[in-house]
Amino acid sequence: MYNTLKNLDRRWVFLSMFLAVSIPILAKTVFPEVVSKQAKLVFDAIEDLPDGSNILLSYDFDPASQGELLPMAQAFTRHCSAKGHKQYYMALWPLGSPMVDLSVETIESEYPDMVYGEDFVKFDYKAGGEAVIRMITQDLRGMFPLDSKGVSLDKIPMTKNIKNIQDMDLIVNVSAGDPGTKQWVQFAATPFGITTVSGCTGVQAPQMYPYIPEQLAGVLGAIKAAAEYEAAIDAVYPDINDNPKAQEAKRRMGPQLVAHSLMIGLIILGNWIFYVGRKRGEA
Amino acid sequence: MSESKQQSNGLIWAVVFIIGAIMLVWSMSTSRTGQVWVTAEQHAFVQNADGDWAKTDAASATSNDIAWTSYSSVPDNELTDEMISSGDAKMSWSRTIGLWLSAIFTLFILSFLVGDNPAYKFAEAMVVGTSAGYVMVIGLWDVFVPNLLGKLFPVMVQNWALPGMDASVGTQLLYIIPAILIVMLLMQLMPAGGWISRWPIAFFIGITAGYRMIGYVEADLVAQIKAAIIPLYETGADGTFAIWDTMNACILTIATLSAMVYFFFSIEHKGFVGKTARLGIWFLMITFGASFGYTVMGRIALLAQRLEFLFGDWLHLI
Amino acid sequence: MKRFVPLVIAIVAGFVLLIANFIPYAEGWGLTAQEWFNILAVGAMVLGGGNLIKLQLMKISSKKAGWGYAAVTVVCFFAAIFIGMGKFGVHPNELYPNYAWSGYYLEEGSGMWWIYQHMIVPLTSTMFAMLAFYVATAAFRAFRAKNTEATLLLVTAGIVLLGRTYAGVWLFEGWLPDWLLWLRFDNLTVWIMDVPNTAGTRAITIGIALGVVATSLRILLGVDRSYLGQD
Repeated sequence: MYNTLKNLDRRWVFLSMFLAVSIPILAKTVFPEVVSKQAKLVFDAIEDLPDGSNILLSYDFDPASQGELLPMAQAFTRHCSAKGHKQYYMALWPLGSPMVDLSVETIESEYPDMVYGEDFVKFDYKAGGEAVIRMITQDLRGMFPLDSKGVSLDKIPMTKNIKNIQDMDLIVNVSAGDPGTKQWVQFAATPFGITTVSGCTGVQAPQMYPYIPEQLAGVLGAIKAAAEYEAAIDAVYPDINDNPKAQEAKRRMGPQLVAHSLMIGLIILGNWIFYVGRKRGEA
Repeated sequence: MSESKQQSNGLIWAVVFIIGAIMLVWSMSTSRTGQVWVTAEQHAFVQNADGDWAKTDAASATSNDIAWTSYSSVPDNELTDEMISSGDAKMSWSRTIGLWLSAIFTLFILSFLVGDNPAYKFAEAMVVGTSAGYVMVIGLWDVFVPNLLGKLFPVMVQNWALPGMDASVGTQLLYIIPAILIVMLLMQLMPAGGWISRWPIAFFIGITAGYRMIGYVEADLVAQIKAAIIPLYETGADGTFAIWDTMNACILTIATLSAMVYFFFSIEHKGFVGKTARLGIWFLMITFGASFGYTVMGRIALLAQRLEFLFGDWLHLI
Repeated sequence: MKRFVPLVIAIVAGFVLLIANFIPYAEGWGLTAQEWFNILAVGAMVLGGGNLIKLQLMKISSKKAGWGYAAVTVVCFFAAIFIGMGKFGVHPNELYPNYAWSGYYLEEGSGMWWIYQHMIVPLTSTMFAMLAFYVATAAFRAFRAKNTEATLLLVTAGIVLLGRTYAGVWLFEGWLPDWLLWLRFDNLTVWIMDVPNTAGTRAITIGIALGVVATSLRILLGVDRSYLGQD
């Protein structure tokens, strides 16, 4: 047993991980969600705003991270739409603009009463990362002379009175790295006191905690937090609860539980091999 | 690679292909596996007396009007037999081929798990080429045209790609400078005269240094030091001593200070400093453990999404 | 000329931004510099793409090992540029139907959309998804509780891994008394993130900030000139 495990081909580990993720997907395993503190903070930051507040949503991620971040991005869109907030979308990653398009599609298909230009607007990608953030805190038109449909901001009802993003009531940032939440905190939230919430990858999430609560109102870390956020929205908005498309993160927590358990098992097994080897004088 | 490993690789491939083929045949015979269906939407525009173009009914459009058809994909669970029989939905060959390519590329990349192979290398070469090309395209249409060409040649850009742009401000000559800087930057690709690219690079470095300085001092230094200074005696809403909050505040302060002491390399880590630094390492290890846990969570979510694509969008198993 | 001018450019550009941050009169200068910076960032993208293709073409011309793959990269690069810049399959913007080039280059059904959807999305997302497998083998082979520090890391990782799933609740359901609920892995995870993680990360954040500020100052004062190259 010891020798077999010690010399185990790593492809068996790959196979076990494949099965740990595949089987719950195929079995459609779903677990209940308990809304944790951070998910509640993020939910409240949007929920407590008066209906029709201005929210800037910057989706700074690309397809490589969409497994983690797209469910929470869509949840932000649905929550803001259900509340009737005015949504200003933008992306700081070159491959991020199509992620915003998915949210625009969600609004158009699930909230047909919302009108482009009056309730939501999209700005195209701009290069420069933190420089874009810095610039739009002072001059939105300098960076975005037009929206993504090629219309001047002065002719769009929801942008004509916006000078810069200091006019926003909340910034929602979905971030996979740099530029992302750190830059929004550094160049918008901290210097101008604009309330900001973040949804970010698991890699980034622990780095955002020191900013809470002064510089960041709350953070959703990876898919688990997205599932909790979905649960928080479902509890208040029955229409969203009934929408199977709005349960994507919760669905993904099935494979997550089994794979995490496998990881624990692998760590224990690896350490058992280590201790037996050390006892035998091999390590 | 050893002979036994090559043989086992061959066996793995054979098993994967046989299982895959069986699943595919079964799935294709029972559903619309691997097919993408679309619905059409007609767009027609007619010019009115003012010269403006207004939307009109596509059925009444004439040859003088502007008309086109766009197609939207229909998710399989929303596709009904009525839509198919009535002709409202039809299969899109380009998107069906695209779906199969997506699945094949996904498998090509995953094949690296068994070992480096030509399929993986081919997919890798494709992702590098297409991504780089895509970035060029997005750079052109989203930044170069509206933010540079639109300032230098507003009338031309308005008549060409951005009719909604305000061209009344005229040419803004100051934008010649970034245009020149771009040309200088690209000189780096030339065999000679590459040194001229140092000018725009220096501009880049200077601006970045300025940005970083402002951002880090304000948000990561001053604000963080301020956030670290917290009361070590906490009371509840009713004014009574809050033992848990007080304990957490004390741990937070000790942990922050001890971890900072660990990074303080100007003093030898001996005696009290050494013990504090060691405590700091422990707290840092807890931090790294938490980061590891979150990282694993993220990676698994990415894998789940790809497998959902294979099992759902492609094979229609879920 | 080769070293002095870029040195002055870097110092002036950096100080313009700093001054613009503190003196309202100079705000306009900062905005102009930022706008140029953002436009120049596209130049950097083009430079990156150009460099990539230059290297691939050199590989092809010298018939180095794997030159065939380099050819695939070059073909894909130019195909994406040709299709994307030519807006193949893109219809005009509905607001301006008489302007053929006014449409969105990623319109559903267009050539660039097809490339993005069927090539870039599966390829890039699967590349990152692969890390789930490698993190599993790393956990099996490299994660050893060799000493106190490593044990702390492992135990924390284990608690967080279970605490961030329903297992963190389910494992303790039915037997843990209410006064010990804080020991439930989901609650412990919240505590770990709020207290030790916040403290450790804060120390790292402050350390990094000091490093960044020092590096930036060295550049702005002309002490660090490494970006000017050797000659």
